[in-house]
Amino acid sequence: MFVIAYGAAYFGLAIFVVAVIARVLMWSRLPMHVRWELYPVAHEGERARHGGSYMEESEWWTKPRHVSKVAEAKAMFSEIVFLAAVKEHNPKLWTRTFPFHFGLYLVITCTALMVVGGALTALAPDTVSGPLGEILGNAVMIFGYAGAVTVIIGALGLLQRRLSDPGLRDYTAPADLFNLAFFVVAFGCAIVTAALVDPDFAITRGFVANLVTGRLDTFGAAGLEAMLPPLTFVMLSLLLAYIPLTHMSHFVGKYFAYHAIRWNDTPNLRGGPEEKKIQAVLSQPITWAAPHIKGDGKKTWVDAATEEQKK
Amino acid sequence: MRHPSSIKDMARGDEPLAKIRPEDQIPLPPPFDTADADPAIRPLADKVAEKMVCLDDTVVVNIPTPTSKEEEERLVNGFLSGLRKLFTPENNWTFLQPLLMSMEHCARCQTCNESCHIFEESGRNELYRPTYRSEVLRRIYYKYVKNASTWIHGDIDLNWKTVARLIELAYRCNLCRRCAQSCPIGADNGLLAREIRKIASQEMGIFTKELHGDGSMLQLQVGSSTGMNARVLRDNLEFIDEDTSELTGIPTETPIDREGADILLLHNAGEIMAWPENIGSFSTIFNAAGLNWTLSSELAAYDGINYGVFYDDVQFARTAILHLQAAKKLGVKKIVLGECGHAHKALTVIADRVATGDLNIPRESCMTVLRDIVKSGKIKFDKSRNDFPVVLHDPCNLVRLMGIVMPQREILKEIVPEHRFREMTMHGVNNFCCGGGSGFAIMSGHNFSDWRHHLLGRRKFRQVLEAFQDEPMNQDHPKYVCAPCSNCKGQLRDIISYYDAWEKAGIYYGGLVELIVNAMADVKPGYIQWEWH
Repeated sequence: MFVIAYGAAYFGLAIFVVAVIARVLMWSRLPMHVRWELYPVAHEGERARHGGSYMEESEWWTKPRHVSKVAEAKAMFSEIVFLAAVKEHNPKLWTRTFPFHFGLYLVITCTALMVVGGALTALAPDTVSGPLGEILGNAVMIFGYAGAVTVIIGALGLLQRRLSDPGLRDYTAPADLFNLAFFVVAFGCAIVTAALVDPDFAITRGFVANLVTGRLDTFGAAGLEAMLPPLTFVMLSLLLAYIPLTHMSHFVGKYFAYHAIRWNDTPNLRGGPEEKKIQAVLSQPITWAAPHIKGDGKKTWVDAATEEQKK
Repeated sequence: MRHPSSIKDMARGDEPLAKIRPEDQIPLPPPFDTADADPAIRPLADKVAEKMVCLDDTVVVNIPTPTSKEEEERLVNGFLSGLRKLFTPENNWTFLQPLLMSMEHCARCQTCNESCHIFEESGRNELYRPTYRSEVLRRIYYKYVKNASTWIHGDIDLNWKTVARLIELAYRCNLCRRCAQSCPIGADNGLLAREIRKIASQEMGIFTKELHGDGSMLQLQVGSSTGMNARVLRDNLEFIDEDTSELTGIPTETPIDREGADILLLHNAGEIMAWPENIGSFSTIFNAAGLNWTLSSELAAYDGINYGVFYDDVQFARTAILHLQAAKKLGVKKIVLGECGHAHKALTVIADRVATGDLNIPRESCMTVLRDIVKSGKIKFDKSRNDFPVVLHDPCNLVRLMGIVMPQREILKEIVPEHRFREMTMHGVNNFCCGGGSGFAIMSGHNFSDWRHHLLGRRKFRQVLEAFQDEPMNQDHPKYVCAPCSNCKGQLRDIISYYDAWEKAGIYYGGLVELIVNAMADVKPGYIQWEWH
């Protein structure tokens, strides 16, 4: 069973990484689009408090532009960690989606700690044989239990709301329910495993450490100890592979939604780098068929935009 | 209340999907909280309902009900063809990334719902939920273009009713993007409504006559969507200068086609026809400040409107280029946009990805220019001349979509007594649309004006009434809604007129420049006429 679990873990991780890279490439390779920003734009710094832009300055193109990356990071932190927009505009849903997302962050932290622990065990075993190892072990347990429980609570709450709220029910596809149920089952499996055979996460930590070092040992000779942990690892690995293949990959898209669209207010100054990109997109052919356009695949955007309109 | 029970209803039945009755809606504040003061939407004429595709209580796009199988197929195939093109970088580089973001990542969490004034003021009718049309579009795309599983993306049937109703439904959104502002993921229902309008216009040749034939086409062919040509423009400006000189006591001349001027001022030509005092006010202020400025009489360049921004990227680009070419011909250093929100956004922000080389002429809002003038000390002001209650309306295009929030407030601080100014609840970038956004202010066919006032503009009217609740609500106590945007003024004019709000509550509206001139110490007192029009 553990062999399958190791295979599933590497497979899940590989799919996750490849799918995320593919999503990043897809979003970043899309052509330039027209400016479609939405205020407040966080990097405006102080001005963002009232939603202002550099266009509040007279002859703004003659003045240096200040882009506050710190302000962007603050806004993103509040949005990613606390789901600020949902809290403000949809508090009932927030009580369910916040634990779900925050639970995932706790699980990610738990996993990261196990990876660190595994790496230290392999590279500098003395460092984790003492108090540091104990702290790491306790932290893994706290983050692991808390994360799995809050994910389950959040997912169940979201399932309940999707099934009972008329405003959500009609917009919910079977896959949406499956996705949430998948989280409940995978993390439920993890909780059962921890409760029955791995209360101090020793097996799980060992498994992750082995993944890091490539020493694919098994744990437990028989019975539940040999069955439940690998089953959990397989479930969680499949979940890891599944997430970026669905609309849950919004954790990638969200970066572009903010930085490439909502906050993309980069002005196109004469002779600047934007002009070349604009000339390239405007030289593309169009095939829009309406009588006032008559795009034939040869006519370009420039042609269409500059042709005289006769009465 | 009649409302769709499911997204799939878009393909089913022959009856309209929604009907709004007065009892479905939240009553307006006093003195409009009675049935007499708040009449029901007039029903659509039977002959219209028989001939046209009816989605709800009204008709905007006027799509005739197909009379043959071929006509039905043409609607479906045309829509699918346009939908496919919408996802190609060549045909839709303009919006491909925002479009994909909204199509792929909406979690259908309904967090945006309460941001939509139309949904809220309809009594939360399902048809007007901001995600409803987006979800219909999304399901059509995944099922019929991507051949993806309905298990993942949801199911919908596609027939001529789905298409015709969806196009009509795309014209039940102000494109104010308030919903997008509240979306945690960045999905944009306003954008999707506009993309549906684009498929209809750019592929199927289906549009509203107000935006296309009588709008952008008229502007491209004659020079202005008002139908005004260059000769009539000159005549009108002469009249405006005469009237303004008489009213202000200051000789006024509006320069036109002055080569080498520093500034090309781009007005919405609707101002020339409907609010000439706005044109005269700009001329008075700019001349008093000693600016070197001009208007243009070139084709389309004396009308800052660009209706393409509401429904068609090609029409948008055509108009923007004419504006920029006129500026280039005059050799100006910058273009300044007058009090027109969508003209601001169109030429300053969106056309920023169209202008290159010598057409890439800087564009600036009149708000910053006026702010600098008012604060420069070149003109003396007497605030006491504006001693009446003033509330500021924030045009979406100027504020939420451009981030120009403070200059107009800094101006008001200088020209209106502090105790007389108040903000609306929900203002600045969190404002509500006036209800005229996305071209609706110029649409009133059939009974659409009733629908416009009852759903689109009701939240703004409510905000205005709430802002003035501490004042006596009668004509003896005039109150000023300052709306620095032609489109918003058109909507406010119509809704004030619809509810007799001037007669019953003393609510009046106007631009910002009129208030500035009214407070100019050198101008004859009483520039604002308080005459209903």
